[in-house]
Amino acid sequence: MSLEIWTYSIVGLSFLLYIGIAVWSRAGTTKEFYVAGGGVNPIVNGMATAADWMSAASFLSMAGLISFMGYGGAQYLMGWTGGYVLLALLLAPYLRKFGKFTVPDFIGERYYSRNARLIALICAIFVSFTYVVGQMKGVGVAFARFLNVPFDTGVLIGIGIVFFYAVLGGMKGITYTQVAQFCVLIFAFTVPAIFISIQMTGNPVPQIGFGGTVDSGAYLLDKLDQLSVDLGFNEYTATNSDNTINLFFITAALMLGTAGLPHVIVRFFTVPRVRDARLSAGYALLFIAILYTTAPAVAAFARTNLLTTVKDAEYNLVPGWFKNWENTGLISFEDKNGDGKIKYVADQSQNELTIDRDIIVLANPEIANLPAWVIALVVAGGLAAALSTAAGLLLVISTSISHDLLKKYVAPDINEKGELRAARIAIAIAVVAAGLAGLNPPGFVAQVVALAFGLAASSFFPAIILGIFDKRMNRQGAITGMVIGILFTTVYIFYFKPQLGGPGTPEGYWFGVAPEGIGTMGALINFIIALVVSRLTPAPPIDVQELTESIRYPRS
Amino acid sequence: MGRAKSDYWRKNVRILFILLSIWFLSSFGAAILFAEELNTIRLGGFKLGFWFAQQGSIYIFIVLIFVYVKLMNRLDKEHEVDEK
Repeated sequence: MSLEIWTYSIVGLSFLLYIGIAVWSRAGTTKEFYVAGGGVNPIVNGMATAADWMSAASFLSMAGLISFMGYGGAQYLMGWTGGYVLLALLLAPYLRKFGKFTVPDFIGERYYSRNARLIALICAIFVSFTYVVGQMKGVGVAFARFLNVPFDTGVLIGIGIVFFYAVLGGMKGITYTQVAQFCVLIFAFTVPAIFISIQMTGNPVPQIGFGGTVDSGAYLLDKLDQLSVDLGFNEYTATNSDNTINLFFITAALMLGTAGLPHVIVRFFTVPRVRDARLSAGYALLFIAILYTTAPAVAAFARTNLLTTVKDAEYNLVPGWFKNWENTGLISFEDKNGDGKIKYVADQSQNELTIDRDIIVLANPEIANLPAWVIALVVAGGLAAALSTAAGLLLVISTSISHDLLKKYVAPDINEKGELRAARIAIAIAVVAAGLAGLNPPGFVAQVVALAFGLAASSFFPAIILGIFDKRMNRQGAITGMVIGILFTTVYIFYFKPQLGGPGTPEGYWFGVAPEGIGTMGALINFIIALVVSRLTPAPPIDVQELTESIRYPRS
Repeated sequence: MGRAKSDYWRKNVRILFILLSIWFLSSFGAAILFAEELNTIRLGGFKLGFWFAQQGSIYIFIVLIFVYVKLMNRLDKEHEVDEK
């Protein structure tokens, strides 16, 4: 069977599976629509959270990024996993005890303020929307590259699938579809990694092969360090002392942002008890870690393979995969000195080879000579990662509109049936809007992801933590802290992102911190201002103090 | 009940403090601030600082959450605030 038939069959089967699950798990009440009825098993929720969390970027781009960054890639690995420790220890159990449907619910009630709820609501919609546009774009790219379907049609198919199961099933449908998507994506990611690990190091466990030896008897990472130095790059495993503060801040911002992202938090409202929320966070991280500990091994294998293949290679003698990917434009070779050999070096004026980072995961099965069905599986995995994340985000947008905006501000006397219908209409509109934005992505979308994490870190994270751990925290403190944290982070990111029209240059970074890491400083500012202002203003009302007390103890 | 509850909360915060210190030391400590020094030590084919940055810290994160679950379930029972 040809690659194309394999890809159509495997992707088609996976889509049928998602639709089947959606029909089986329709939502009948708002509670089912918002939090899947609140009775989800912690392991099931852990898998759904993992699929929700791992986006097209985690699946397709992260290993490639690490492959080109070496040691510094740790900012993504730790940043996007370490946040779960914060989530499990500081947020999830308490928010589960609080027991409502959304993050704006908590902010609004804990700070007894419609304004606070409104700020949280706007942030939640903004963060989720910017994120979901990128997923829609990822679906289009995957279709265009592998199924010979035009990009626009690919996005439309993606909209259709998500529309069907999100509108029908709400959180309930999304949860069970995400479990299936998790299985598809984790299988698709690990199978090629295991094969490559065996080929290169003889060890079937990539995490161990990563530290193993290659044919010559040398350690893989030592060989990679040597190859990198030979070509004028830094050692792959070496630290960069000029970058330490920046690495610290970016890692922290991604961790705080992870713990503050509404589509992740809301997953912990779906389990039955506080103890399940704690356990579920553990399972979520365990499932996420399968991909996150494999990815750096894949990055090192691929980098070693790549450097060995292209180092002083005759252009006419390169393997087939090289030519295949040249046709897609993801690899390009320009023989600057006309000697017919590939020169891949750190010095840009002499370098003759340009490689797109996304190629690492996509081309891996080909580089390792794996059968066509494995390549087809990788495509289905990438689509599963994009669709599952998109659905989780769309649900947050729809809940924010029907539950937080409509029910609390516009039509407070709406009945259960009306609210459910409103939630369905809201998610339908959100799917279409996200798809349209994905068709014509504003150029700044990739840049805005930094903003999404920065905002989550500098607004939600401190406001929720203080709401749980500081009984004295009041409306005045929390709102001032959130507003200043958000303003500071947004202004800094816009000022220092040339892609967003900012005039700033890296020389002007505060303490050398890039915009990606500024959420950490925004969160610190939020904490300090909130604490100071709250101590200068009256204590919160007694019933709010009692609420804060009650969420600290699991038994009700 | 009031005293027992405040006792529960104090112990809860102490557990958080200890576990989050380990969280900080393994990620920001071993993998970032002290990575260069740790890289002089080897763990098989890995330099130790690099291993913490790309593998070890993630394993420690997982262990921390499961230890937390165990400690808290026990604490909940001891102070009779566990869910029925």
